[in-house]
Amino acid sequence: MSLLLRTRQLSVRFGGLCALDGVELELGAGEILGLIGPNGAGKTTLLNVLSGFQRPTVGEVELDGRTITRWDAPRRARAGISRTFQDVRLFEEMSVQENCEVAVVGCGGRRSTARTQATQALELLDLQGSAHVLARDLPYGLQRRVGLARALCARPRVLLLDEPAAGLNDDESAAMAETVRAIHAELGCGVVVIEHDVRMILGLSHRVHVLDHGVTLRVGSPDEIRTDPDVVTAYLGEEVHA
Amino acid sequence: MAQNLINALSLGSLYALIALGIALLFSIMGLINFAHGELITIGGYTLLAFHGLPLAVAVALTVAVVVAAALTMERLAFRPARGASGETLLMTSFALSLLVQGGVLLKEGADPQSVNVLGSLGASVDVGGMTIGKLDVAIIGVTGVLLIGLAWFLRATPLGVQMRAAAEDFTMARALGVRADRVVATAFGVSGAFAAVAAVFLVARTGTLTPSMGLTPVLLGFVAIVLGGLGRLWAAAIGAYVLALLSVMLQAYLPTGLAAYRDALVYLGIIVILLFRPHGIAGRPQGVRV
Repeated sequence: MSLLLRTRQLSVRFGGLCALDGVELELGAGEILGLIGPNGAGKTTLLNVLSGFQRPTVGEVELDGRTITRWDAPRRARAGISRTFQDVRLFEEMSVQENCEVAVVGCGGRRSTARTQATQALELLDLQGSAHVLARDLPYGLQRRVGLARALCARPRVLLLDEPAAGLNDDESAAMAETVRAIHAELGCGVVVIEHDVRMILGLSHRVHVLDHGVTLRVGSPDEIRTDPDVVTAYLGEEVHA
Repeated sequence: MAQNLINALSLGSLYALIALGIALLFSIMGLINFAHGELITIGGYTLLAFHGLPLAVAVALTVAVVVAAALTMERLAFRPARGASGETLLMTSFALSLLVQGGVLLKEGADPQSVNVLGSLGASVDVGGMTIGKLDVAIIGVTGVLLIGLAWFLRATPLGVQMRAAAEDFTMARALGVRADRVVATAFGVSGAFAAVAAVFLVARTGTLTPSMGLTPVLLGFVAIVLGGLGRLWAAAIGAYVLALLSVMLQAYLPTGLAAYRDALVYLGIIVILLFRPHGIAGRPQGVRV
C-alpha cells in the first residue's frame, strides 16, 4: 500500500501548552484510519494541521511524498484534501445542491461540472430529494449527511472527518458508519476519521491511531487496539470493548 | 402620493447602492468600511475632472477609477490586515478615510465646487399630470439593473457562488478551496463600482462636491444595513428603501411646524422598528458569523 499522507515529527505548541508532540501519522492510499484519544488528546489539532488550518511549530506534512507544510487550506483542498468540521457549518442560506457545488467551483471546477458532481454526491448519500431545500431547513441528522456530501463532492483523495457522528443517536451513528464505508468504496480515497464512539471507529477503520496528551500512544489494527492495556487505561474505564 | 413614491424609490436606490457596497464587504470579511464614503468622494471628483466629455464616457471612466481605488485600498490597506479583529479593520478604514479626505482637501481645496453633470437628464417629463424627473427614472432603472445583475452574478457564476459561501462562513469556504484573495478582491471591485454609480447619482442630485461629501451617504448606508438586518445581503437593500420611504413621506406630510424634526422622527421610527424586530426587518436572528 503506497503512502498518501504522512506527518513527520509534528509538534504544535500554543504558548506553554503542547497540543501535539512528535506525531508521525501515516495514511495509505485507500485506507480508513481511525483517530481516537481522550478529550484534549490533540485529534482536532492534528486534523487542522493536515488540512492547513494550523501551522505546526515543528515538523512536516507530506502528500504523495511532497512537502505541503506551508500550503494554506484552499491550496490543500485543491490538491485533494477535503475536511469536515465537528459542527457541520453548512452554508445555511444556500440550497443543499449549492452547498455541494461550492466545493467543486472552489477547487476550480466549472459550474456545469459542479452541478453534475453535486448531483452524484447527493445521490450517493441518498439526499437527492433534498437538493433544492435550503440547508438551514434540514433536520440535524440530514445536515450532517449534507456536510459529508459536500466534502466528497470535489472527489478528494484524502477525506478528513471530524466526528461525523457527533450528536447522532445509535441508529444514525451506525448509518453514518455505513455511509463513510460507501463513500470510501465509491471514491477509493484515504480517510482519516476522528470519532468519540470507539465502538463505531473500531468497526469502521482498517487501522487506528491513538493519541493521548498530544503524543502517539499506539498505532495498530482495531483488534490490537481493542485489547491494548495502555489504550484501555488512557480511556480510564471508558468502554473500549464493544 | 405617486410622486412621493417615486422620490422614495429614487432616494432608496441611491441608499441601496451604498448600503450593498458596504454590506458585501462586511458579510465576507467582517469589515466595517468607513472609507467607502471616500470612494464616493473620489467618484464625485473624478466626474468633475472628466466634465465635458460625453456623459457615458465620463461615467465609465468614473467607474473605472473608483474600482481601481477600491482594489488599491484592498491591496495596500486591508489585505495586510486580513484576519485581524473587526476593530482593527474598522480603525484601518478610519485611517484610510482620513487619508483620502486629506488628499482630496489638499488637491481640491475645502470650498464646495459645483458641477452640472446630467444636462438633459435634469429635465422632467409629464406623466398623467405628475412631474417625474428623468434623473429619478434613471436612478431607479440603473439601480434595478445593477441589483438584478448582482443577484445573477451571485447565483449563477462560480465566483458569485464562492462569494456567497465566503459571506456565510469564510473558514468553511476556505476548507473547500475558495481562495480568499480572489473573493475579497472581487467584493471590493463590486463595492467600488456601486460606490461610483452612487457618486454619479449623488452629484447629479446635489450638484455640489466637497472633500467630506462621502460622510453622510456612508452613515445612511450603515443605518440602512442595521435597519434591514445583518447577516443577509438583500436585507441591506430592503433597509435602504424603507429608510428612504420614511424620510420622503415625513418630508411630504409633516406639518411645516414640525418639518425641522424630520430626521429626529426618521430615527425614532427606526428605533421603533428595531424594538419590534431587533435583528432588523429581514435579518437573521443569529446575526453574523465573522
